[in-house]
Amino acid sequence: MTSATRRARGEDPGQSGDKSAKPGQGKQAAQRPVPAPPSGAPVRVTGAQSLVRSLEEVGAEVVFGIPGGTILPAYDPLLDSTRVRHVLVRHEQGAGHAATGYAQATGKVGVCMATSGPGATNLVTPLADAHMDSVPVVAITGQQSRALIGTDAFQEADICGITMPVTKHNFLVTEARDIPRAVAEAFHIASTGRPGPVVVDIPKDVLQEATSFSWPPELDLPGYRPTTRPHGKQVREAARLLAKSSRPVLYVGGGVIKSGADAELRNLAELTGVPVVTTLMARGAFPDSHPSHLGMPGMHGSVAAVASMQRADLMIALGTRFDDRVTGQLDSFAPSATVVHADIDPAEISKNRHADVPIVGDAKEIIIELIDAVKEQHTQQGPVGDYTAWWEYLNDARGTFPLGYEWPSDGTLSPQYVIERIGALVGPEAVYAAGVGQHQMWAAQFIGYERPRSWINSGGLGTMGFAVPAAMGAKFGVPDKQVWAIDGDGCFQMTNQELATCAIEDAPIKVAVINNGNLGMVRQWQHLFYDERYSNTDLGTQKHNIPDFPMLAEALGCAGLRAENKEQVDAVIKQAMEINDRPVVIDFVVGKDAQVWPMVAAGTGNDEIMAARDIRPLFDSDDVAPPVEESEMIDEANRGRQ
Amino acid sequence: MSSHTLSVLVENKPGVLARVSGLFSRRGFNIESLAVGPTENPDVSRMTIVVSVEEFPLEQVTKQLNKLVNVIKIVELEPAVSIQRELLLVKVRADATVRSQVLETVQLFRAKVVDVSPEAVTVEATGNTDKLNALLRMLEPYGLREIVQSGMVALGRGARSITATSVR
Repeated sequence: MTSATRRARGEDPGQSGDKSAKPGQGKQAAQRPVPAPPSGAPVRVTGAQSLVRSLEEVGAEVVFGIPGGTILPAYDPLLDSTRVRHVLVRHEQGAGHAATGYAQATGKVGVCMATSGPGATNLVTPLADAHMDSVPVVAITGQQSRALIGTDAFQEADICGITMPVTKHNFLVTEARDIPRAVAEAFHIASTGRPGPVVVDIPKDVLQEATSFSWPPELDLPGYRPTTRPHGKQVREAARLLAKSSRPVLYVGGGVIKSGADAELRNLAELTGVPVVTTLMARGAFPDSHPSHLGMPGMHGSVAAVASMQRADLMIALGTRFDDRVTGQLDSFAPSATVVHADIDPAEISKNRHADVPIVGDAKEIIIELIDAVKEQHTQQGPVGDYTAWWEYLNDARGTFPLGYEWPSDGTLSPQYVIERIGALVGPEAVYAAGVGQHQMWAAQFIGYERPRSWINSGGLGTMGFAVPAAMGAKFGVPDKQVWAIDGDGCFQMTNQELATCAIEDAPIKVAVINNGNLGMVRQWQHLFYDERYSNTDLGTQKHNIPDFPMLAEALGCAGLRAENKEQVDAVIKQAMEINDRPVVIDFVVGKDAQVWPMVAAGTGNDEIMAARDIRPLFDSDDVAPPVEESEMIDEANRGRQ
Repeated sequence: MSSHTLSVLVENKPGVLARVSGLFSRRGFNIESLAVGPTENPDVSRMTIVVSVEEFPLEQVTKQLNKLVNVIKIVELEPAVSIQRELLLVKVRADATVRSQVLETVQLFRAKVVDVSPEAVTVEATGNTDKLNALLRMLEPYGLREIVQSGMVALGRGARSITATSVR
C-alpha cells in the first residue's frame, strides 16, 4: 500500500478509536491557547499535548516523521509547537536515518515519528542501524487503540515485539499519565551508558485521553545503572603495562567520539607517543594529519594500521568492540598482544577477544584517569616506554604501503580520485555521510578527517541507502556546515526521494553519486571470489543511462551536475559548493573496475592482508616484521590467555 | 556443557518474559527450564532459569541479561548452597491389580496421590531433577499416561536474601 492510501485510510472514521476522539478534540481546541505554566505545576491536557510538551521539555528540536491514522492526534498539537520543528519526510526509513544523521552530527538525541503498522515497520531498518552503531535515537510510533490491540486491527503491528532485538529498549504506553515519564526515560536510556535507539509506542486512544502534565517526571528504572566511572586499579594496571611494552597501539572506536573524548585521546597519544588506529566508526576521533595516526584498521584498513595490531605487544582498546571486520579471523588476530579493553558496555568486554585488563566506564573518564596514571609514572620513574624500534617498523610499513590507487587502465574516471578531490576542496570542516559499499570505504580512506562528528556512516549494519537521509538529518543538526553525501549509484537509488524533503525543507546538502553503474562492492567480490561471474550486479545505470541522475535531481528540486573525466572533477565540485539555495547532486561517471585495497578477505586472518591483489606484506615476507624480543610482555599475555 | 541455575529479579511488567526468552534464542543460548513467579515485592518478579552452557558463554549470558533495562539483578545459585525443586504431576495406569504396588512406590518417594479413578492415579511429586527422574523410571512399567513438569525454582540456603539489597 502506498503511504498516500495508508494515510487516507488511516483517517477512516469507522474505527472505534476515532469515535472516542471527538470529545477529546473539542477539549484540545479549547485548551490550545492556554500558555505553558511554569514547569512542575500539573495542567490538564490530552495525551497528545502531553507528548509534545514532553518532547519540548526534553529538548527535542527537530522531529523527522510522517503522520498517519494512529499518530494523528500527536500531529495536531505539533502544529502549534514553537520549540519542536517537524520535518515531513518521504519515507519512514528516511525519518529514521535522518534522526541518526542528526544524532551523529550533533551528539544530541535524534527523534523520528511514524504511525502504526507500516509506518512503524518502515523504521525497523534505521532502528537496527542505530542499534548496531550505538546511536541515540528515539522513535515515537502510533499504535492502534488499546481495545483493538491484538485483534489484527487495521495498521496494527506489534512494534515493541518486532523491535525488541534491534533497540536498546522500548515502551508501550498504556496510560496517558505515563507519557511524560516514558518520554523522559526513553531519552535518558537512549543517551546514557552505551547509547542506542528506544521506541515509545503510544496507542491512539491514549493520545486522545485527558490527563495531567507536569515536568519533570520521576524516572523509574531500577534495572538501569550504567557504569561510567572506571576502576582506578584497572587503569593503573593499564598504565603499568604501557610503561613495560615496546610495541603498543591505541585501538580507538566510535565510543571515543560518543563520549566526546577526542581532545583527551590526543593528549594521551602525545604524552605517550603510542600509535593510534581509528576504526570506521571512529574516523575523526583523532586527526588524520597527526603523525601518530596510522589510519583505519580492518578489512579495508591501511597496511600500517593492520600491522600495528598484528605485531603489537600491547593493545589498548578504547570504546570499541573487536568487530569481525576489524579482527578478521579471531584466532590469528593480534597474536602477541596483551589486551586492555575499555568500554562502557561490560558485555562487549571479552565477548570476541579475551581482555587481560577489562575496564568498564566512559571513554573520556577512562582516558583522563589513564593520563593521570601515566603522568604519575613519569614523575616517579622518569620517561618510560621506548617505542623507537616500533615506530621505525611502522613508518617503514607506512612508507612502503601507503594508501593509494591506480588510474583505471581503460581511461575511465577514477572513483578514488573523485573522492580525494572532494575531501581536498571541501575540507575538514564539512560533514561527510556515506552509504555502504566501495564508495564508503574510499570515503573512509581518501578523505582526511580532522575532527569528530565529521564522518557519518552505517558501520555495523551496513545499510545501503543510508547516505542521503543521514546527510539530511546532519544538515538540520549543523545547518552552518557543508554536508556532503558520498553515495553509490546503487545506494542512491534506494533513498533519493528524501532529496524532495531536502529541497522543500531547506536542507541544501550536496550528493556526490559515485556512479560506476554497478553494485560495486558485490562486483568486487564476484571478481575476486566468484570467477568474475557478475551475477546481477550491473544496474544499467551507465549502460542505459537509467536513471539520468542530473535529470532526476532536477525533478526533485535539486541542481543536477555531471562529471565524466578528470578535467571536469574540480570544476564541478567548486560549482556545487557555490549552490546553496537548493541541494546539489553530482553524477560522477566512473569506471566499474576500480577496487578497494588493501583488503583482508572475509574469513582469513589479518596477516593475510593484501595491499593489492596477491601482495601480502605481512604474510609473505619476514623482513618487514619487527625484531621480536622475547619480552616479558608476551609471556604475560600468553599466561593471561591460558 | 554444564547446567547453571540463574535467579533473575525483573520488573513485574508486561513483555519482560519475552525480552528474556528472546535474548536467549537470538544469542544462541540454550534454556533447559524457566519458571517465573511473583516475589514478596509486587513490583518485582523472579525468574529461575536453568541454562546449559560452557563457562565462558555463561558470563556473556549474564552480561547480556544485565543489559535488559527491566532486569534488576542476577544471581547464580550453586547446587551445593541452594535448594532446587521441580514439581511433577504424572498420571499412571493403576487398576486394582497393580494399584497397591504403585502406591508403595509413591510412598517411597514421599510423593502423594492427588486424584484417583478405577484405571489410573495422578501422582504429585516435588524434588530435584534426579529424584523426579528416578520416580518416573519406577512408575514407567505400569504405563505413564500423561506427564507435566514445572521449571525449576531455587532459593539460596541460609538467612541471606538476594532481594533485600537491591530492591527498594
